[in-house]
Amino acid sequence: MIKGIAVQKRKESPRWLELAIPVAGILLALVTGAIFLSFLGVSPVKAYREMIISSLGDSYGLSETIVKAIPLALAGLGVMLSFKMLIWNIGAEGQIFIGSLATAAMVRYCFIDNSVVMFCLMVLAAAFAGGAWAAVAGYLRARWRVNEIITTLMMNYVAIHLVDYFVYGPWRDPGSLGFPMTAPFPNSARLYQFGDSRVHLGIIMAIILACIFYWLFRYTRWGYEIRVIGENPKAADFAGMDYLKNVVMVMFLSGAIAGIAGMTEIAGLQGRLQHGFSAGYGYTAIIVAWLGRLHPLVILIVSFLLGALLVGGDTLQIMMRLPLSTTLVIQGLILFFVLGGEFFRRYSIKIISERDSS
Amino acid sequence: MDILIPILAAAVRSGTPILYATLGEILTEKSGVLNLGLEGIMLMGAFTGFAVSMYTGNPWIAIAASFLVGMIITSIHGFLCITMGANQVVSGLALTMAGTGASSLLGRNFIGETITGLGKMHLPFLSEIPFIGPILFDHDPLVYISYFLVLFMCFFLSFTKSGLSLRAVGDSPRSADSVGISVVRTRYFYTLIGGGIVAIGGAYMSVAYTKMWGDLMTAGRGWIAVALVIFAIWHPMRAAFGAYLFGGVEAFQLRLQAAGTTIPTPLLMMLPYILTITVLLVISIREGKGLIFEAPSSLGQPFYREERE
Repeated sequence: MIKGIAVQKRKESPRWLELAIPVAGILLALVTGAIFLSFLGVSPVKAYREMIISSLGDSYGLSETIVKAIPLALAGLGVMLSFKMLIWNIGAEGQIFIGSLATAAMVRYCFIDNSVVMFCLMVLAAAFAGGAWAAVAGYLRARWRVNEIITTLMMNYVAIHLVDYFVYGPWRDPGSLGFPMTAPFPNSARLYQFGDSRVHLGIIMAIILACIFYWLFRYTRWGYEIRVIGENPKAADFAGMDYLKNVVMVMFLSGAIAGIAGMTEIAGLQGRLQHGFSAGYGYTAIIVAWLGRLHPLVILIVSFLLGALLVGGDTLQIMMRLPLSTTLVIQGLILFFVLGGEFFRRYSIKIISERDSS
Repeated sequence: MDILIPILAAAVRSGTPILYATLGEILTEKSGVLNLGLEGIMLMGAFTGFAVSMYTGNPWIAIAASFLVGMIITSIHGFLCITMGANQVVSGLALTMAGTGASSLLGRNFIGETITGLGKMHLPFLSEIPFIGPILFDHDPLVYISYFLVLFMCFFLSFTKSGLSLRAVGDSPRSADSVGISVVRTRYFYTLIGGGIVAIGGAYMSVAYTKMWGDLMTAGRGWIAVALVIFAIWHPMRAAFGAYLFGGVEAFQLRLQAAGTTIPTPLLMMLPYILTITVLLVISIREGKGLIFEAPSSLGQPFYREERE
């Protein structure tokens, strides 16, 4: 007989929970998503089968999953940096757009017919533009406590409209038959693509950056400072760590990496700047960073999983005529369940039975 | 004068959805819970309002249904943040994602449909006041209800016992608990009611303002409302002022577009978002540290009755 349920605070959470919570969260989200789909008259078994086969079933599917994982991993690493400091940068989407805008500007105005020089120019431009865009919100936050969630989010809308201004206006390719896009980039402004797949150089950049951040946070004083400022700003201030400087710097880096994500997406994959080219990668990156528990290497793995989800979403759109937002529902559900699961890291639940008390 | 009246009247109309969302969030935040899911709740409210008025033909049933749906989806946020002590920022973002996705999934077959929606209601005497009458009293009933809600919330928060307990729970949950106010119950109640009011803001968009359903039709108004709560320093009267300011910018921008201005549309569309940042910056500089005193001090922090060791 069950007599009651006792909730106890854990002294430390067991290691297996670190893996069990996200896995259980994703599974429960998929189950809930299935219920929602069948409510809409869509067969969830068929939908999920299509999703899995198209994203993980063969080498083409896997390569497409990696293609989607690249911007997610890069933007996820950027978001991770600011989240470590408890600065809520929700603006990766806008920083991606600004990074791609700077890339297109480079191709248009500073084109040099050499792929190495062009690569460096594009990376620098995208990183600087995305970084500066994010640093504005960081400065406002650190100097006047302006809520960074709102400023970064509002700047997303501004960035998207800014790109629209250029692709609908002065930069529109006259040969695009009226579509809002620039002319295709010349070959030396394109990133290397592996074999005959669409996987491009961005994946190497993501892996290198993840390793650098892993090292920074584990072995350097700066990485340590960032964590302390995030966890305990008062102690950090007492220890003489400069809050304003660090917030602005972290936001700059965070935006710079998201900007690079935008660059790889248009120079590596799409070959031109066009209206609405990022399908919410900057928002999905928030989930990537959160599910990856702000650990750079885990973020790489999680970005692969969510890349598969996005490829599956594309398939649903083509095969079953469901809107792309289906994956947005599943993403939201994953976050809900993982958040709920966090509770069990802090508390253990014991069922007290008759026998225990006697 | 004659050009000003229609613009100001339009400002009230387009400010109303933001006003409802801001008022709802003020109630929620006063209890100490931060809800960043407004965008998702508004979209679900807008969809529900549209779908229900299409099937029943009655806008009032539609608005009631939106209120209910708003409460139901906000209850997920409430459960995670109040009972489970989860991170309120992340939970709010999840609510926005799920609500946005669900509304466009559910609404995919409703695009292009039309409804009669909520019509204008002339108020005798009031609408005949020169200048003020056509601006404030020549709208649909939902606008009048929002005036009433602003006044009621001012009165409620300052002069009633329940309003006092609500503020106590947000400012100092521990002392509220010690005088016998249930922190958990109060937080649930106002988080859910707040979510319902936010959803009415969404329903206003589809049932009264545009009378149609469009994918992502709130276009960031939920986030603007989150910013307006800070601008309003959690005061309903200032929320109304802020919402109409935004409504005015939107009305002005639409009028410019209709007049065939040479300014490119994408640049005009940026205006409300730039204004949000500016407004937030000005209020943060001007109020400085004062803003921290005005905010409910336990905002965003979970409350545990006894530390469960």
